[in-house]
Amino acid sequence: MIRFRAMVTRVVKELIRDKRTLALMLIAPIIVLSLMNVVFDTNAETHVKVGVDKTIPNALVDSFPSDEVKVKTYDHSDNIKEKIQKDNLDAFITLDKSTFHISYENEDPSNTAKVKALFQNILTTNKLKELSADVQKLAMETGQKVQIENFSIKNAYVYGGADSSFFDKIFPILIGFFVFFFVFLISGIALLRERTSGTLERLLATPVKRSEIVMGYLTGYGIFAILQTLLIVFYSIYLLDLQIAGSLMWVLVTNVLTALAALSMGIFVSTFANSEFQMVQFIPLVVIPQVFFSGLIPLDSMASWVRNIAYIFPLRYAGEALTAIMIKGQGWSEISLDLGMLVVFIVGFTLLNIVGLRRYRKV
Amino acid sequence: MPKEKRIVANMTNASISFDKRTVLDNVTIELDSGTILGLIGPSGAGKTTTIKCLMGMEKLDQGSAEIFGNRMPDRKVLGRVGYMGQSDALYEELTAKENLVFFGNLMGLTGTALEDAMTKKMELVNLMPFMDKPVKTYSGGMKRRLSLAITLLANPDLIILDEPTVGIDPSLRVTIWEQLRALAEDQKAIIVTTHVMDEAEKCDHVGLIIDGKLFALGTPGELKKAFHAESIEEVFLKAEVRVQ
Repeated sequence: MIRFRAMVTRVVKELIRDKRTLALMLIAPIIVLSLMNVVFDTNAETHVKVGVDKTIPNALVDSFPSDEVKVKTYDHSDNIKEKIQKDNLDAFITLDKSTFHISYENEDPSNTAKVKALFQNILTTNKLKELSADVQKLAMETGQKVQIENFSIKNAYVYGGADSSFFDKIFPILIGFFVFFFVFLISGIALLRERTSGTLERLLATPVKRSEIVMGYLTGYGIFAILQTLLIVFYSIYLLDLQIAGSLMWVLVTNVLTALAALSMGIFVSTFANSEFQMVQFIPLVVIPQVFFSGLIPLDSMASWVRNIAYIFPLRYAGEALTAIMIKGQGWSEISLDLGMLVVFIVGFTLLNIVGLRRYRKV
Repeated sequence: MPKEKRIVANMTNASISFDKRTVLDNVTIELDSGTILGLIGPSGAGKTTTIKCLMGMEKLDQGSAEIFGNRMPDRKVLGRVGYMGQSDALYEELTAKENLVFFGNLMGLTGTALEDAMTKKMELVNLMPFMDKPVKTYSGGMKRRLSLAITLLANPDLIILDEPTVGIDPSLRVTIWEQLRALAEDQKAIIVTTHVMDEAEKCDHVGLIIDGKLFALGTPGELKKAFHAESIEEVFLKAEVRVQ
């Protein structure tokens, strides 16, 4: 116990002294989260710019929603391509008899799709207006009364609300990702440095148990992972004003498990690296694939065999659990399987690490 | 009053190979308390491997290694062994004191016993005024001395030093050897590997390791006589020629 305590104390002290690493662990996620919040938290609509010529009736031009579409009118329709390029238009519309010719810039396909949908919508609305006017006219002429129902829409949401943004969806997964990424990198490098500086050799020349070394690392870094999670979560709630539907305690539990999984994986991977540089090379191999399968990209839209790959990544379970807690407000019964899997990762890699240290001491 | 000599460590017919390459071949060494054993030999000859096998870091393919009568590898025995590797192996961000406390705790020292040991060893290596300075502010020689202080901290009966004087200025080297001699007189058993031949002259016994074989073992005088040489350096050169 005294040796284990010495390990934890040393790991914590070393980390506190290393101000840069500490800042990377605690402040970097906050900066990146704030930035992402600003970038993604645009619930506002995207604006499109459309050019029309004189063949388009004014009534149609006026029916574009002015808060979403900017319409520019041209005298003629020569050199449409040039006009689109020069005035940065998303689309140019002309009318030839009963056919609308629409040229798209198509640099951003989402804008193209938006103009298509809008235009279709306007045409349909106009058609309906004309139709109902015709019906009313006919009714007047024949002396019949026709009631036309005015439909309206009221929205209700199971999770979140009308102002839920893309950031709200990815935020839980992002938290899990940051915890995983920073802990993975730092813990891996810490043990690597221990190996290259010869301190590991000296450690193992004392009666310390291999498990005491690994558990000391897990505990020491675990303390900082808790700190990191607390900081990220409270910053998000109180300063970024993000909602957490479920219990804060489960958020913390999930993140601590994520951190421990990252820690044990980082330590494991570091045994295959001979320098800090080589450790960084593991990021594209270990961390980036996990991003794809963490739920940032909807797993439902993947082919089933691709989706199954996700099961080997701890971030998938972390992302699923955090989404369940923070967006859906669910608790233990829904997340127990995910948390269980994280524990499996932690225990598995921790055992591997303890066995792996045998390379340096045979007992 | 001289104490009775006893066997502290011994290796019998030790052989080990990595990737089919024989690194140690039938090495037999015995070390008594109160003596300094110097292991000399070219780089890559197996000096460090000999030490590692003795401490149980590596497992022998054949033969046996024992420390204080316990067959190695044995984790608990390591608490009575002081080891200093080729690198300083210090935590640079921590102060000297924190390094000492950490390794002291791992060796099982706590409380006043630890405090006393720290003061004593730091005085021995002349670092007492720098006790609370971070190790990264130390010079190379100071780091080496601190490393030695940590090795001696738990008052081990067997001290194993791998190239303790590499990269150290001559005056410090003299001091270290004086301290080693004092420790030997205190009935400690010491194993030192070295490249420096005149250091070998200061050992009670010298083992010459070439290509994983213990080529010769004896007092410096015995070796010189056997090889008709004036110095250990000459012994070394002659031995190398013979192997080839």
